[in-house]
This record gives sequence, C-alpha cells and structure tokens, in this order.
Amino acid sequence: MQTAQVDRAATTTHDDRTADRATGQPTISVRGLWKIFGPAEPKIAGSPLLELTNAEFRLRTGSTIAVRDVSFDVSPGEVFVVMGLSGSGKSTLVRCLTRLIEPTLGQVLLDGEDIRAADEQRLRELRRRRFAMVFQHFGLLPHRRVIDNIAFGLEIRGEPKASRLARADKMLSLVGLEGYGGQYPDQLSGGMQQRVGLARALAGDPEVMLFDEPFSALDPLIRREMQNEVLRLHHEVGKTMIFITHDLAEALKLGDHVVIMRNGQVVQAGSPQELVAHPADDYVADFVRDVPKSHVLTLRWIMRDAREDDPADGPEFGPDTVIRTVIHAAATSDKPIRVVEAGRLLGVVDRAHILEAIAGHLEPGQVEPGRVEEPGPTPAT
Amino acid sequence: MTQFRLGRLSAALAVVALVFAGCAQQGTAGPTTGPSEAGATPLPGTGKTVNIAINPWVGYEANAAVVAYILEEKLGYTVVKKNLAEQVSWEGFPTGEVDVILENWGHDDLKAKYIDTDKTAQSAGELGVTGIIGWYVPAWMKEEYPDIDDWQNLNKYADLFKTSESGDKGQLLDGDPSYVTNDVALVKNLELNFEVVVGGSEAALITSFQQATTQKTPLLAYFYDPQWAWAQPPLVDEPLVRIKLPEYTAGCDADPEAVACDYPPYILDKIVSTTFATEGGAAYELIKNFKWTNLDQSTVSELIANQGMTAEDAGKKWVDEHEAIWQAWMP
Amino acid sequence: MTAGTLALRGRRAVALSPRTTWLALGAMSVALYLVFRDQWILPHERDTAVFQAFNAARDNIDEVKRTVPPVSLVLDAIRGTTDWLYTTILGILVGLGWPAVIALSTFLGYAAGGWRTGLLALSGLGVLGALDLWDPSMKTLAVTLAAVLVSVAIGVPLGILVAKSNRARAVITPILDVLQIMPQYAYFIPFVVLFGIGAASAVIVTFVYSMPAAIRITALGIRGVPAASVEAAESLGSTAGQVLRKVELPLARKTIGLAVNQTIMLALSMVVITVVIDGPGLGENIIKAIQVLNVGAIFDAGLAIVIMAIILDRVTEQASLRLDSRSGAGRAGAARRRLPRRLVLGGLALASLGAIGLSAIAPTWAGTVPEEFASLTFREPVNDLVDWIQANLYFLTIGLKDAVTAGVISPIEKVLRSSPFWLVIAIGGAMAAMLSGLRAAVITVVALAGIVGLQLWDHSMVTLASVLVATAITLGIGALIGILAASSDAVSRAVRPFLDAAQTLPAFVYLLPALVLFSPSRFTAIVAAVIFAVPPVVRLVETGIRLVPETLIEAGRASGATRLQLLRKIQLPVARPALLLATNQGIIMVLGMVVLGGLVGGGALGFDVVSGFAQRRDFGLGLAAGISMVLLGIALDRISQGAGRRRLEDLGERAAKVQVHATP
Repeated sequence: MQTAQVDRAATTTHDDRTADRATGQPTISVRGLWKIFGPAEPKIAGSPLLELTNAEFRLRTGSTIAVRDVSFDVSPGEVFVVMGLSGSGKSTLVRCLTRLIEPTLGQVLLDGEDIRAADEQRLRELRRRRFAMVFQHFGLLPHRRVIDNIAFGLEIRGEPKASRLARADKMLSLVGLEGYGGQYPDQLSGGMQQRVGLARALAGDPEVMLFDEPFSALDPLIRREMQNEVLRLHHEVGKTMIFITHDLAEALKLGDHVVIMRNGQVVQAGSPQELVAHPADDYVADFVRDVPKSHVLTLRWIMRDAREDDPADGPEFGPDTVIRTVIHAAATSDKPIRVVEAGRLLGVVDRAHILEAIAGHLEPGQVEPGRVEEPGPTPAT
Repeated sequence: MTQFRLGRLSAALAVVALVFAGCAQQGTAGPTTGPSEAGATPLPGTGKTVNIAINPWVGYEANAAVVAYILEEKLGYTVVKKNLAEQVSWEGFPTGEVDVILENWGHDDLKAKYIDTDKTAQSAGELGVTGIIGWYVPAWMKEEYPDIDDWQNLNKYADLFKTSESGDKGQLLDGDPSYVTNDVALVKNLELNFEVVVGGSEAALITSFQQATTQKTPLLAYFYDPQWAWAQPPLVDEPLVRIKLPEYTAGCDADPEAVACDYPPYILDKIVSTTFATEGGAAYELIKNFKWTNLDQSTVSELIANQGMTAEDAGKKWVDEHEAIWQAWMP
Repeated sequence: MTAGTLALRGRRAVALSPRTTWLALGAMSVALYLVFRDQWILPHERDTAVFQAFNAARDNIDEVKRTVPPVSLVLDAIRGTTDWLYTTILGILVGLGWPAVIALSTFLGYAAGGWRTGLLALSGLGVLGALDLWDPSMKTLAVTLAAVLVSVAIGVPLGILVAKSNRARAVITPILDVLQIMPQYAYFIPFVVLFGIGAASAVIVTFVYSMPAAIRITALGIRGVPAASVEAAESLGSTAGQVLRKVELPLARKTIGLAVNQTIMLALSMVVITVVIDGPGLGENIIKAIQVLNVGAIFDAGLAIVIMAIILDRVTEQASLRLDSRSGAGRAGAARRRLPRRLVLGGLALASLGAIGLSAIAPTWAGTVPEEFASLTFREPVNDLVDWIQANLYFLTIGLKDAVTAGVISPIEKVLRSSPFWLVIAIGGAMAAMLSGLRAAVITVVALAGIVGLQLWDHSMVTLASVLVATAITLGIGALIGILAASSDAVSRAVRPFLDAAQTLPAFVYLLPALVLFSPSRFTAIVAAVIFAVPPVVRLVETGIRLVPETLIEAGRASGATRLQLLRKIQLPVARPALLLATNQGIIMVLGMVVLGGLVGGGALGFDVVSGFAQRRDFGLGLAAGISMVLLGIALDRISQGAGRRRLEDLGERAAKVQVHATP
C-alpha cells in the first residue's frame, strides 16, 4: 500500500527512533507515576500520607489519588492497552504521558528523554511531532471541514497550506473517507467522525499514538469495525500505540500488552493470554471469567510434552495458533495435534485439552506457557 | 423540616411587622403636629401637603427654597419638591401631582391647553422677576472683535466657533432640551452658518462660559438672566456680551418655524392647578403674594450654587435676613 | 466585524462562495454610492405631516380622556390601584423604620443565604443609612417591589402559557422582542399620555419594562422540565393541572426564582430613570446632581443603587437556590450547622421583633436615621478627583474626542447622510439576508422603510453613525476583557464586581462622568454608551468561550497548540454564536443609551425623543423619533442576530436544563 510506504519512509527520517529500535530501548517508560488532585498535591512528595489507602487519604487530606505509583514500559511498535473501569485512573494516566495533566510524582521517558523536564516549548514540540491523540468524543472542530480538521495539527505546527492539505488528503484515503473532505463533522456518522479523529492523529506522523477510549461512544458493530481499522492501520503504519479502554474484549483483541488498572493502581500487567490464564487476583479473575479462553489462548498454553508413544502423523500447528482455530482439525482427526515450530516438535495437544479449554476449565498447573516469557511490565504496588 | 420552620417563622415575623407598621404609620402622624404645638394657635397648613415642581435651573430652585421654607416653618405645611422638566410639570396639574410652578417662562401653548381649554391650571400672578434670554459671547471676544455682537457679523466669525460637533459650521451651544428656545429656527431663518449643539444642562452652559472667559476660548451660547453665575467670578468681572438679534416686536415669534427676531423680555409668572387655587388656602395665598426681584433671587441662587448650601439652608438664611419682604406675602 | 467573520457565518446560508458574494456586495455598494451620492437623500424637516398627526392624536387622546368618562374611569382605576400599591408598600417600609427594616433584612438574608448574605444585608443597609439616603432608598425600593409584584403576578402565568401553548408563544414572543429592543427612555412617552406623571406611572412603566424577563425565564423553566418526568406523571393518569402543579412547577421552581431575581434587577434599573416622569426615589438625587454637575453626589446616589441591587440580587438568588428542594448545598449546609443556625435565626427574629417594637414605641426616632450616623459621603474626594482630571487631563480628553470625532464619527456620518436612502435600505436588507436569512431581510427592509415613512431618515442616519462607532468600540473592549476573563479565573473574579455594578447602575448615571471628561458632544454620548454596553458583551464573550467543550480544547493542546492558537483556531471560532449574540446585544444596548446621549450633545433621534418629552410642540417629533429608534433597533437586531441566535438559545436552554436537573 502506497500510503503505508510513505509513512514508513517518513518514520525512518527520525534517526533517534531507528536507533531505539536497534537498541531495544522502550519507546515510553513510566516509573513511579503519581497523580493527586486537590490541595495536598504540591507538598506530597515523600510524605508518609502516600502510604494511606485511597479512602483514608481523601479523608485526611481532602485530595484524591487518581494514579498511584504506576510503572510500565512500552516497546517500539507495540499496541499497549490500559484497561480499567471508569474512575480507575486510566484516562488521567494517559494524559499524564503528554502532561495534558501534570503528573505529581514520577518519571515519564520518551526514548529516554524526560518529558517532565521539558519546558513549555519543548513539550509543545513533542506534542506536535512525536505524540498524537484520539479522543473518546472525537474532539473535532465543528466549524472546520473534515479536511481542515485533519490538517489541524499540521497547521498548528506551521506547515504551508498546500503541503498540509495534500497530506490530509492522503490520510483521508488511508482511513477510507475519500470524498468526505469538504463535509463538516456534524454531517458524518459517529464512526466516520472517529475515522477523521484517527486521520488527524496520523497526519502529523507521530511516533506514539494515544487512544483515549476512542470507540466507547460508538455502536457495537461500528466499534468492531473501528477496532479492525486500528489493527489494519497498526499493521500498515507500525506506530507505537497506547490504547485506553474499559472493554476487556477490546483490550484482548488489540493489545500486545495489557495493563489492568483499579483505583489508580496497576493490578496486573501482561499479555492477553497471561491475563486470561493467570488472573492475578479475584478482581481480574472476575473480569476474564466470561472470556472464551479458546479465543485468546494459544496452543502453547495447553500443550503437554510429547511422549514416545504419541502418533507422529497428527495435524501440525504453530505454538501461537489460537486454540479456536484448531478445533476443526482436532474434531476430524483422532490423533493429538502436534505443536511444531521451525520444524521442531514442541509438544502435543490432546483433544481433551481442547475441550477443556473450550469449556473454560483451566486447572491450575495444567496451564503453563511452553516458553520463557520476556520480562513483562512490572506490576506496581 | 427546617424549611417548614423557616417559612413559618418568616411568615410570623412578616405578620408582626405589618401590624406594627400599620400602627407606626398612624403614629408618624404625631411628629408633624409637633411644630404646631409650639405656637399658640395651630398653624393653617397642619397636615396638608403642597407639591412644588422644581424646574432644572438654580434660579428656580431659589424661588422654591424660600417659598418652601416659609410654607413649612411659618405655615406648617409639608412641601414635596418634584424635579421635573417644564413641560412635564404642567402634565402634573390635572392629576394633582403638581400644585405649583413658581417660575414660568412663557409657554403660551401650554397655557392655551391647560388654562384655557382644560381649565386644570391658572395663573397665580407675576413672580416679579424679568427673564431675559439671548445669545452671549465672553467679554474678551468683544474686545478682540468689536463688531462681533451684531448678528449680521456672526457669519464672518463662524470659523472661530467651530468644534468637533458643529463640523464646518460655527457652534451655538444650547442648554437643557426642555428650555424655551427658538435657536434652531433662528439660525435657519437668519441664514447663519451655525449649528445648534445641545449641552444638555444649565451646568454645561455655565462651565462652558466660565472656561471660555478664563481660558479665552471662543464660545457662542444660549444664556439667560436671572442667573447666579453673573454675580460670580469670572463673569462678574467680565460680564458676557449679548448678541444683538433683530429686534423683538409683538407677535414676531408667533410662528415658531418662521421666527427671525430676538427673544422677548419674559415677565415670569406663577402657575397653580385649579384645585390648588380653590383648596390651597393659606398656601395658595402665600404663593399668589410671592413676588421678589432678580437680585433677591440671585442672592439665594448664589448660596445654593456656590456656597454649597442645601436649598433648605439657603431658604432659611434668606428668610431670616429679609423678614420685611416676606412678611408682606403672608396671608 | 470583519468581512471574514461575516463570511464564515454566511457559508452555509448561501450557495455562492460567501467571500465572493460579500466582495460583490461591497463593490456594488461603493459603486452605487459614488454614482448616486447626494441624490435621493432625505434632509431633516422640523415639521412634517407625520409629526402634526401625532400631535393631533395626542390632543385627541387628551380630549377623549377629558370627555369620555369610561376611558378616564378605567385609566384612573389603574392609576389609583397602582398608586395604592406603592403607597402601601412605602407605608410599611416607612412605618417599620430603619432599625426594623435592617433587622428584618438581615434575618431574611441569613435565612436565605447564611451569614454572608445576612451580613451583606446588614452592612449594605447600614451604608444606605450612613450615606443619608435612607428615605429615597426606601422610595426606590417601594416602586421596585410594587412593580415586581405586578410583573411576577402577571408574568409567571403568562410564562407558563407561553411554555404550554404554541399559539400563545407565537403571539407573545414578537411583542417581547420589540419590548426588549425599545430604549428605556422610549417607554415614557405613551405612558405619560395615558397616566400622567407620578409614582403610579413610574410603577406602571417599570412593570412593563421588567415583565418580559419574568415571562421568558418562566417559560424557559417550564420547557426545561424533562419530558420523562412529565411522561411519567401522565402515565400515572395525572390531569394537566396536576402535571403543572406537582411536576412542572416544582421542577422549575429554581428557574422561576431566577425569573423573579432578573425581574427585580431590571425593575431597579428602570425605577431610577422614572425620575423624569416624577418617579420617586434615588433618581431624584441623581438628576439633581446632574443638573449642577456634581459628580460626587452622583457617586453617593449611584453607590446606594448598587448596594441595593447587590442585596436584592444576592438575597433572591440565594432564596431561589434554597427553593430548589433538590439542591444539595443548602441541605448539607443546614444539616452541618443546624444548631447554631437555629440559634442565629431565633436571635435575628427576636432582634427584628425588638426593632419593630421600637418603631411602635418611638416612631420618630425610628423614622429618620440619626444625623450623626448619616454622615458618610464620597462627594469631596470624588469631586477633587474630577477637578484634577478636568484641570490636568483636559487636553488629553479633548484631543481624544476631537481625533475620534474628526477621524471616525464624522466621516461615517457623512457617508450615511449623503447616501441615497434606498441604497442604505438595500445594503441593510442584503446584509440581513446573508447573515440571518430571508425573513430577517424582509423585516429589515420594512423597518428601514418605516423610518422613511416617519420622515426621520436623516436623524436616523446620524444616530446610526454613532451607534456603529459605539458598537465597534464596545465590541473591541468587551471582547478583549471577555477573552481575558475566559482565560483566567483571576481576571474573571476581578472584573465581576465591576460588571455587576455597571449593569445595575441606570444608564444615565454614566452620562455625567462622560460629560465632565469630554464636554457635550456625540463622542460623550458614545463614551457613555460604551461604558453601559461593555459589561453584557464581556459576559457573553466570556460565557461563550468558557462553554467551548473541554474535549476541543484538549484536542488542541494535545496537538501542541499555543494559547494563542487555541484562542484563534478553536475557542473564538467555536464560540462564534455567542460572539454574534454579544454583537447583537451590544448594538441593542448602545442604541438604548444613545437616546440618553441626546442629553449630552448626542443629537439626532435621541435628542428628538428627549425634546419631544420636554417640549409640548415637539411631541409628534419625539414620538416619531421613538418609533424610528425602535425600527432602527429591529433592523440592526435582525441584521446582527445571525443564524446563530437560535442555536445559542438552545444552548442556553440546555445549560439551564443541566443546572435545574443536576441531582446531587
């Protein structure tokens, strides 16, 4: 796809970015981030009050802890999802990353640069060129045409009219809205408006895209369509994405990594499979209870070691195949499924395992990832 | 709960307040009888009210100050002063809002309506003061331009009087919009290259003339006598110079649109409502008898305008010092 | 207003590229002006058939009043009743005496809004007494209360009717529109003809002036009741009356409280001006001070009016908040400090009773504020300041006046007066069509043609020139302060008391300072009009900008916009309906004030109205000028209301809904 190539090309012009990828340094690194709203904020650093529970803290200080000691890393090019119910602090967290809300304590690094140390001008520069955000309520300017909305960020950073409109036009077709450039936002449906929001975020060719519950105001069907759209765009333009949602299915579908927040804290962090397979506490377990395990887990999670007597002619699948996709093969063959990677037999999956997984029964101990996970995000507390 | 209580409490308070207010209102009739008890016999005005219109110039207020003081202190009336424009004062006769106009300048049209047609008002005799209306320039202009005081030469000097308001014409400054004036018609009919600009008040006229005299700036304006400013510096030392307009002849100002002659000398008079004339008793008698001179009036005006006295104090001062004059007015 | 902003509005109203259309209109206007300049102009005539007809009509009315008893009986009855109402209220206030009035007000203030409001009432009334303005203040209060009683008694039911019946709305709304455009001064002429002068007329005029607010806001409150609540009540089988009494009125209670509050504020601003028809009260002090150019005395009286306005405003505002049964604030506050609150209330009630008793025992003492106490005045310092300014800044002020007059006012006036009248009408119609639609264009053309018919074209053009200049200055200053206030809470808080004060002071209070600084001139009238009209513009601009959705601002910030970019590219464009409304309001306020400008050299229509009022033979001219002013107002209103007005009203309605129905 032509536009995608353009984007890739543009990406490489940022030397530091390419450098990051080479060294494996995280794109965004958050360490010990706190956000406190209220009178206690200015003098809270190092205070023992920070040890209090949220409720006690509010009672004692009249202030609210919105984000509590959060740390995580976002790798280049991944989709990083922060999931939580309303009031969990996830929206505050994402705004702290670009200091739309000023963090109280902690560190935010973008490619190693301390964002909290940036002065106003540097911060503006970062927002103009390195970050872009997609909002829950779209945030489109009602008095501007679609094309002008998309070009808004470019206009803000002072690009000449001709070039920014040309760029906006490309974005328009990238999000599938050819021909709508002359319309006004209120003439479009919700889904189309959010596509405009996407296009606007993409237009500045940012390094990191922030999504603040972008689809929660949309109908379920449109929402699914937009999720696929994001996956497609991610595939095409390869941006690092940080995605906020309250919808677990959305989190599992989109996320390379998922962080679950509650009361301002991270309760669990990991890959979707880890969350589903090993809920860290009852809260998360409650969340993932209704998730069809077979739709999330891969063969790697349910295979056992191969034994001498296992038939060698069973159907073969890769270890990262989602369980659901092998059901047919398992049903038509009476032999166990062989999990093969690069010609090497990693293990086998019995039909019974598949049935168990579909039924949602995953006995502890039975489920073990058959590979060593790279160190995931550090859960805080 | 609390709201209920609060409501009831407020209601109860209100009732009490109303009841007492009712009583108190009757009670306040008491003090007005106070002065009457001081004299041997009750004063004729006890418990009665006289409504005097106050037109917007200080000379008028001087009349009212003296009359009101005598009415209140010597006759026991209550006087209500109403600050009204001339025309509006007449409107008050039929409804009883106004009983008296103490200084009336002409107003033949109003006389025709209220006195002759409606019969709601009538004259109460002359005030004794002669009114003069005219156009004036500061004294220095007469010295500088000796022939400026003839209307036929005004066009020659029109440029001097230009202001931001009159554009490329000369400015003729007028006073309060309610004043008696033919100036617009005069300018037109005498073919003067002037524009009438309305200053809005007596004070605006006086300030303008004082400034023009001390700062030697040109000014042509409507002015009149009696007026306290004549007796004050700087005008007392450098009196304004009146412009000679075509001479007044009886009836030359009959058609207000065709006027091309000077203002007549006004024999100022007093107007009362018909009701007041019949029922006003001692007050009406006093007002009918009230007659004084330009000098008397200016004395009181000056106290009010320049010495910062209230009208009441000025009236008292004059009355205290001129017993012989006002005794003759007493009924 | 620049062609650019106009063009933005026109964008969707016309198919043609708006910029091109505006350019074409502009070019054509200039061309036509150059060709037909000084032709088809309508110079002013002092006496015309129209004026004579009005004079004759007035004489006829007088004649009818004199000779047809039923007419005069009805008029007298209205007058008598109103007068009785006023005298009774004043009687109660006077009978209570100052100690009891102060004590009761403190009690009411505390009951309505807690110790702050109570203290405000106590100290405010104390200052009234100290300024030696107690008696005139009570008269002003009595006229205000009498007028508000009638306004509310008639306005609230009418408001309910307007909310319920589309037909009533169709009939009443245009009347309210015209009443709103009419300059305060223009109200007097018809009422003096009917009711003469005096307190009764003052009450009637004030009532007519303040009632539209009661109608409008009540209707807004009733319409703001959620359909779901009404539906629920209906589904349970309520009658229309039950729905009204049990659902709509209770839910709209707070808004109706607001209606009363606004009615009082408007009434107060009118009461002071009624002095020209012998209305009693503080207006007398002001007009007397104007006559002798005593700015200090005006300051005292103006201060008294502001104090009274603030007390009335806060007490009624707090009371209406309390009326809202679901308001959490009142309840929580009451719960927290129930015991002390009861004690204070009881104490204040006792104090009131004591004061009332005092008035009963010693009416003379309670009747007048003691002299040694009533000795506060700001006359000297204010007059000293004025003298200093006159002596030292005279050349500066005069220079400014002359520059603006010669550079701006006179040229605009000259162009307008030398344009063919049909060209002005056509341009007005075209602008209305582009900005506000076809209907507005028709109304504009008809209104302007009406002025031609009244034979006051020339004077209307002079007035229009002043209005345009004053509006431009007003919008410039108002937008600047409004933007500052919207971007900084500190600025907003700092300017609010000035805005409050400026909005409560009657227009003609501004005349004198302007007069003292600039001497009689058109510019003086413009300055007074600007001071008068800036506050509402500031408010509208600030509100409009603050109402811009947070998400849009955030989107802008996230894109790295600077504050200036946020303002230019997001806040101002999105707030455009509010800005248009501000323009519209600014024009209407300026127009209202320009009438009074007739008193300080403003000339033209304003002076015609004033002198029509002051000189009997000019009555016809004055009335025609009054009507011309209303027509000019309608035309300007239609041109400037834009398509945005309705949207903003919706917005306001929605905001009111949110306010009214926000549950704790």
